[in-house]
Amino acid sequence: MAEKVLMKGNEALAEAAIRAGCRHYFGYPITPQTEITAYMARRLPKCGGTFLQAESEIGAINMVYGAAAAGRRAMTSSSSPGISLKSEGLSYLAGADLPALVVNVQRGGPGLGGIQPSQSDYFQATRAPGHGDFHMIVLAPASVQEMAELTTKGFHLADKYRMTCMILADGTVGQMMEPVELPVHTDEEPDRPWAVTGTRMNRPHHIINSLYLSPEKLEEMNFARYARYDTIREKEPLWEEFHMEDAEICLVAFGIAARVAKAAIQQARSEGIRAGLIRPITLWPFPEKALMRAAEQCLAFLSVELNMGQMIDDIRLATDCRRTVSLLRHAGGVIPTPAEVLERIRQIAGGAQT
Amino acid sequence: MTERILIAGFGGQGVLFAGKFLTVMGMLQGKQVSWLPSYGPEMRGGTANCSVVIGDEPVSSPIVYEPDILLAMNLPSLDKYENAVAENGWIFVNSSLVDRQIRRTNVRDVYVPATRLATENEMEGLANMILAGAMLAGWAACDEPLIQETLKHLVSDKHPELFDRNLQALRLGSRFRGFPPQAG
Repeated sequence: MAEKVLMKGNEALAEAAIRAGCRHYFGYPITPQTEITAYMARRLPKCGGTFLQAESEIGAINMVYGAAAAGRRAMTSSSSPGISLKSEGLSYLAGADLPALVVNVQRGGPGLGGIQPSQSDYFQATRAPGHGDFHMIVLAPASVQEMAELTTKGFHLADKYRMTCMILADGTVGQMMEPVELPVHTDEEPDRPWAVTGTRMNRPHHIINSLYLSPEKLEEMNFARYARYDTIREKEPLWEEFHMEDAEICLVAFGIAARVAKAAIQQARSEGIRAGLIRPITLWPFPEKALMRAAEQCLAFLSVELNMGQMIDDIRLATDCRRTVSLLRHAGGVIPTPAEVLERIRQIAGGAQT
Repeated sequence: MTERILIAGFGGQGVLFAGKFLTVMGMLQGKQVSWLPSYGPEMRGGTANCSVVIGDEPVSSPIVYEPDILLAMNLPSLDKYENAVAENGWIFVNSSLVDRQIRRTNVRDVYVPATRLATENEMEGLANMILAGAMLAGWAACDEPLIQETLKHLVSDKHPELFDRNLQALRLGSRFRGFPPQAG
């Protein structure tokens, strides 16, 4: 086993990106993700890469488009308001079927909001990152180790399905330090036969474009993309189950909220309350089958979110509204305490018994 | 066994470094650890704090709400977090900058004039490590070789004098032993 090093989540993510062969980073600083930008500025030039602090977030995402079109592993990172600025570029990346990694270390919103941790961009990430019909694969790390591992996975999935993969982290996971076992270096460059790399006068031009003026052709592109999405929904959902084997109350939480939920569940278990957790790791595709199985076993669900209640919709959809789903929410950078979550578990347990 | 530690003070007092020291020490012992800073404007002159969790089990939440050990580097930090400390927990007070005793009766307290000691011993900026030294003095899981190994991880080879200065600061603080020797 490789030696563990103590790193911030943001730094572990950046190092994992470099180890995954990413040599093109374009970004613009914003709290609480600036360590990613700073790390890339320090390290990329030393390993033959390109670091560029763009004039804006919009500039950065379009540079990612360019590098991806040229067949290069490319990424950008930002935090909530900066991701909104990238919306147009995310849509163009989808329309051109380009692989890219985009990181959102979320902070409270809307507007400039605050700089403390949040999960309030769940809808944006899973529903409408930009205009038009499209999805991104959305990965939600809950530890520094996962900041690294899911970055590796994100690049892999982006190439596998030729689409954008988003790491949807939050300020806590970005800022905290934990021991991490970094992934091994890879020089793996997937075959990208569609890339615009110069014809050398011996093949037809490749065209990377999202403009299709023929309705029939544009529809065909959308259907083809959604066929890929069906495959992803089938094959790629990831989640963690914690004390679910005999759970009667199923908590659902991702990222830092899931860690708080785990602490509460351990206390609830010590009081004899059979609570468990499903932690979605992919937010899109949402782990629907795991939730449906839980709906057959559990009496009630509790969604714990650092937003006003966004993932709760996906829980209801995934469980076909078979069970009551209650919500424990905080916004603006406030994180629930394990005691607060425990109190809600107790309330639900009390209700379930009567 | 899990120790939840909160270190709080002004930005610039080395709160985050002291936390990192404890975290690395835990990691080198093979413990499960996490370190979580407050971040943003408070790091630049306001109140800064950092949560450290060291335990045998995977760290569930890295946020310390109810510390077993509080290192209060200044009065605002003691005011803010005194009541949060777990029953029978410990509060280590930088008495140079805190002109009161603790008000709680169900926690244990240790007073270390860390800032004054740092000044008197030409250890400017190391009040953090003096207070950490007091805390570590009775920590059964900690010995001198481990402290030295931890410092080696944190101090660049280019600045060997920093290793010595930090070590001296920790030793200075250790005279203010708080824990009974058998405590974990």
